[in-house]
Amino acid sequence: MNARALLLAMAVAATWAQVSPERIRNADREPGNWLTYSRTYSGHRYTPLAEITAANVGQLRAAWTYQIQQPGKFSSSPIAIDGILYIAEPGGEVAALDGRTGRPVWRYARRPPPDLHACCGASNRGLAVLNDLLFVGTLDAHLLAIDLQTGKLRWDAVVADYRAGHAVTVAPLAFGDKVLVGIAGGEYGIRGFLDAYDANTGRRLWRFWTVPGPGEAGHETWSGDSWKTGGAPTWITGSYDPELNTVYWGTGNPGPDYNGDARQGDNLYSCSLIALDADTGKLRWHFQFTPHDVNDWDSTHVPMLVEENGRKLVVVANRNGFYYVLDRTTGAFIRGVQFGRQTWASGLDAKGRPIRLPDTEPTAEGRMVYPGFHGTTNWFSPSFSPLTGLVYVAVREEPAYFSKQKMTYSAGQWFSGGNPRGVEKVEPTGSIRALEHATGKLVWEFPLKSPPWAGLMATAGGVVFGGSSEGMFYALDAASGKPLWHFGTGGAIFANPVSFLVNGRQHVAIAAGNALFAFALPDAVVPQL
Amino acid sequence: MRRWALGLVAWVAVSAQTPRDLFVAHCAGCHGPAGEGSRGPALKVSALQRANDVDSLVALLRRGIPGTEMPAIAAEVVADQPLRALAAYVLGLRTNNRDAASGRLGRGAELFRGKGKCMSCHRVTGEGSVAGPDLSDIGSLREPQWLRRAVIEPEADVYDSFAGYRWTIPLPDNYLLVEVTTKRGDRVAGSRLNEDAFSIQIRDGEGRIRSFLKSEVAELRRQWGKSPMPSYRDVFSAGELDELVAYLASLRGLR
Repeated sequence: MNARALLLAMAVAATWAQVSPERIRNADREPGNWLTYSRTYSGHRYTPLAEITAANVGQLRAAWTYQIQQPGKFSSSPIAIDGILYIAEPGGEVAALDGRTGRPVWRYARRPPPDLHACCGASNRGLAVLNDLLFVGTLDAHLLAIDLQTGKLRWDAVVADYRAGHAVTVAPLAFGDKVLVGIAGGEYGIRGFLDAYDANTGRRLWRFWTVPGPGEAGHETWSGDSWKTGGAPTWITGSYDPELNTVYWGTGNPGPDYNGDARQGDNLYSCSLIALDADTGKLRWHFQFTPHDVNDWDSTHVPMLVEENGRKLVVVANRNGFYYVLDRTTGAFIRGVQFGRQTWASGLDAKGRPIRLPDTEPTAEGRMVYPGFHGTTNWFSPSFSPLTGLVYVAVREEPAYFSKQKMTYSAGQWFSGGNPRGVEKVEPTGSIRALEHATGKLVWEFPLKSPPWAGLMATAGGVVFGGSSEGMFYALDAASGKPLWHFGTGGAIFANPVSFLVNGRQHVAIAAGNALFAFALPDAVVPQL
Repeated sequence: MRRWALGLVAWVAVSAQTPRDLFVAHCAGCHGPAGEGSRGPALKVSALQRANDVDSLVALLRRGIPGTEMPAIAAEVVADQPLRALAAYVLGLRTNNRDAASGRLGRGAELFRGKGKCMSCHRVTGEGSVAGPDLSDIGSLREPQWLRRAVIEPEADVYDSFAGYRWTIPLPDNYLLVEVTTKRGDRVAGSRLNEDAFSIQIRDGEGRIRSFLKSEVAELRRQWGKSPMPSYRDVFSAGELDELVAYLASLRGLR
């Protein structure tokens, strides 16, 4: 046979491998692939694949495991394209894996600068893809474009100066001809922003400052010069409504975290959901969940775009303990309800603003509040199933003593203004809760032992997958919450599950400990094609 | 942001930074990732106005340019030796180096794309095919003499064995030509991306990544020492070969 002739037949760049913007926008047409962080731009982390069902998930087996090469907290949500998985390792290196066997087919390696510091441990939550490029952020705050087919670096854009406390841990969001990336560093007194880059060249197209500067609307919500170190980072991937051409992105805590004395006011747009014009980055509306936050309750959540009787909504289960339903065209507050334990607010007023209880702010000695600084939920993804109409949230129940102290800002240094601590004789715990999406009403609950750090994925097979801090990857019945299956990965899970097809067979994958695990049903359960 | 891992995690440098790393860290923010200029002036010019040799440029980098946004780089940030390397790197971005000035690189690039039809198998910065190796950074991986021989005698340096350097997981066993015949009778030829006792991954004739379990394979033929690349000995003149090799050697990738 003539291998030469066959290879020469590859005369043009293979266009089948191109992930056009239309493919991602119409992700439901190819349910076997996972083309953006939450699979679709709506932020649902739901798969239409239904080979694995509530009836057969009990027979799910590990298909393969891939051990990562870089140290850190492995939180990557893989991208899956035509049977190949792409993962970002904690330091921002990228590997392409055969989805059938877990064997690597290429790797992009990169050395971080020697003086790099990273808040909260090295971590990277994943990649974006567009056309023939993968996009990954790095701990030294670069955004890289990697050749999808060969793993070579194609462009390298400096997002911000890592020496001032900036880092990129978020999975970028790519649509149209651009790639959006947020910034981390809310504990280092950065001034937060959300950036858009030209996907082809890495040129920055726009930047939205999440802390408004002098002369901009919202600047008056910061006293003195506090805006300069105002925080409001953007370290979790947002959602996108192509019809409204609007991006929805959550923002983090104001800085310093626990001491609000020097930043009097509401501190816009910290702890908010911002809705931006996708073309210009101009603010369409904002909704602030926790005005003048002093508890580190970042609102860095994946916003879920849902509907109710044809009305376009966006819903958020927030770190502050409340579940919010907003009109995503106008930003109007529709309703909000408590979904987890909290002791700091008596409720929400007619406009959705929390009614703070007296004596709940941090003091020098410390004051106990539910939730603690990790919140009632955290960055890990919620999930929405259009089949059940339920929103699934991993809920944390853990109080903290919040104390505040004076802290002087020094570029690149820790700037939290306090030091929260755990509460004696209280064992932190957690649960998975299913809420009616339009009302937030609790439908079922599955108790966990420890507060979770893993996201959820609902499936068309009537299953919800999740992970525990003890390292169990598990499946619950989406309708009842009944546990159906679990598997011990041997490492704590700080990641979100995904699902994809390999040779027509449904797989589920999750990062756990220092490995990526993939699962599928045995051939006996699903006859081979 | 969460704080369960309170405190700073210090990264231990595996090895010293390359000049390219330093450029990205200290210069690219204003002068652009490839020195094309953005907030700061372009460095891809025929000559730098203020410092056009290594010594002058090192001195300039140490003191910055007062009255402009160009900062000084202190010795605690970049030590003397790496700073000299950075200065040399920056000067290397100029467009008047000998090859560029003589037009050799441009002619080499034309030969690569045109007469050599190299991009029907190779890829450079996202253009071309993925049948053969991506050459975007081949100039930083191989010496010019090696590249010259690879062009006229493609099979001369194709490995007869992968023993000794590719037995671990991180580096895939790639570019061996293989032909897989499945038990169903399908035949797929391509270049190997990776292999172990139980499976093999290849890039097939359409550039698609295919994965086969050994249990499905009736026959696996490895074409040791073979290259699908024809010899260019009779295609290029000696002068053209020089130009092509100069072009290949100039492909340094971004890192």
